[in-house]
Amino acid sequence: MNPLDYLVLIGVMVGIAAYGIWRTRAKGDLHSYLKGEGHTHWFTIGLSVMATQASAITFLSTPGQGYESGLGFVQNYFGAPLALLLIAAVFLPIYRRLKVYTAYEYLGKRFDSKTRLLGAGLFLIQRGMGAGITIYAPAIVLSTVMGWRLDATILCSGLLVVAYTVSGGSAAVNLTQKYQIGVIFLGMATAFVVLLLKLPAGLGFTDAIAVAGGYHKLEAVDFSLDPDRRYTIWTGVLGGMFLALSYFGTDQSQVQRYLSGTSLRESRLGLMFNAVFKIPMQLCILLLGALVFVFYQFERPPVFFNQSAWHYAATHGSGDRLRALEHDFNAAHAEKQTHVRSWLAARHAGDPAAAETARTAALAAHARTEAARVATKAVLKAADAKAPTNDSDYVFITFILSYLPHGLIGLLVAVIFAATFSSKAGELNALGSTTVIDFYRHLVRTDATDKHYVVASKIFTALWGFVAIGFALFANLAENLIQATNIVGSIFYGVVLGLFLVAFFLKRVGGTAVFWAAVISQALVFLFYATLSISYLWYNVVGCALCMVISVLIQFFLPRISPLDTAQPAT
Amino acid sequence: MAPTPDPAPPPDEAPGLPGVRSWRAVYWIVFGIFVLWVSLLTWFTEAYQ
Repeated sequence: MNPLDYLVLIGVMVGIAAYGIWRTRAKGDLHSYLKGEGHTHWFTIGLSVMATQASAITFLSTPGQGYESGLGFVQNYFGAPLALLLIAAVFLPIYRRLKVYTAYEYLGKRFDSKTRLLGAGLFLIQRGMGAGITIYAPAIVLSTVMGWRLDATILCSGLLVVAYTVSGGSAAVNLTQKYQIGVIFLGMATAFVVLLLKLPAGLGFTDAIAVAGGYHKLEAVDFSLDPDRRYTIWTGVLGGMFLALSYFGTDQSQVQRYLSGTSLRESRLGLMFNAVFKIPMQLCILLLGALVFVFYQFERPPVFFNQSAWHYAATHGSGDRLRALEHDFNAAHAEKQTHVRSWLAARHAGDPAAAETARTAALAAHARTEAARVATKAVLKAADAKAPTNDSDYVFITFILSYLPHGLIGLLVAVIFAATFSSKAGELNALGSTTVIDFYRHLVRTDATDKHYVVASKIFTALWGFVAIGFALFANLAENLIQATNIVGSIFYGVVLGLFLVAFFLKRVGGTAVFWAAVISQALVFLFYATLSISYLWYNVVGCALCMVISVLIQFFLPRISPLDTAQPAT
Repeated sequence: MAPTPDPAPPPDEAPGLPGVRSWRAVYWIVFGIFVLWVSLLTWFTEAYQ
């Protein structure tokens, strides 16, 4: 990065944060602080919901997934539109009617205090852990490729987002997210255009798609029933729907976004906006990764995209072996390049037999490049047992830094930070709100003034920010960051969703039954995760189903809830 | 603390979209778009397999 890139990066990020602080400087009461002014329109809600979910992990990891495995990951999002429909029709009207600040307040009103605290507690645990990942993810990748200090990157980005989230609350989060998602769309569209322009002369978009297809990178839908396969249409629709139902319907970082709407209509339309655009958005990001793969068929990529790890091993006793593997890789890549060009020439000449022969030769050469990569990873691991061997998170950023012009590099790095800030702010806002509303106001200070709760909200939001920064500073996280986030979510989300589905649909089940059902189900999910090897998306279904079934079984042995019981107001 | 029942849903507001009078219609349109995406991607997969 040169000074122009830094100017663009710092200008965009600090400018948006400062604007958010300035515009929301007079938010004095609790309602405004936690829900915004209450006049947020559907488009802002839609962008805000999208921005909260689309963290930096989305823009670092997802193109890497597209590069490595093709479009199959898009199936993970197939359940999202279905879940959003259900939330708009069932969850949202109840939340709005009760005028709750947090989703867990509803559990208190429907069941009892201990169930509310359990739901809020599970949220705080999993989202607190997730918050650390959100801030660590871009920092580790950017610090590695830029040579920045990891701790300084985490501290600078973390403190800036804490500053405007604490200062302006929900209104600042919604406002800044709108501009941040604008930067993200602009940056990704620019990257897409530059990528197409960088393809070799004579190679059009349809050729690029054909090459990607020839390498099996465009297989978006897999109907396999094999439960060990991580991404199939079944895990996507069913597991993905439960994950999305839990995330969008019960995770306070999302609930808080759409509860800020002027009316039920605005909140619903904001959710429908996401139901329509979630799949195409993820598809575009994955396709970008698949096209980066095509680009690297004509330009030689590094044998291992995390060059920092490669250089470390090369200078610590493994240099000869790594250079020999790099030589093998380069030779195989040069051969592959020749075959790909022959393949395209045959395709243009209308000779399918020659095209297929050249494609088969290209695939064989590609297999040799992959073998060299696998051997390189083994050498890296042998040199340092803690060395990261999954480099897919480094693919897109390597492309950006190597091939984009200055100025645009700054813009694309700003995209990564904008995504970090937008999701981080939503999370901190939700963590602070839940701590104050479900714990502090509910258990510690039940009758303080509005001003007192605003101050408490600011303090707790800042504390959660520092916890996340601390977690990111000292974390030793999983290799593929997007999967790590989803795995942590899936372990907890199923049970939390079970609590809410029992509340909405099983009217005869009371608080004690559902509370113990949730505790038992969470313990079983931990046990299954430790012993089984099924796709993590299934834990959303398993946790939810266990919670619902066990709560019905326990309720069978408890006194029935009478209509009189359910008519009393909650506190 | 005793539980309270789910409140009755608030009066449904019109979606206010041109040509769409009810939320049920909005949901069907969104569901149709979802089916369209999955169908297109399935076709795409078959075409480039």
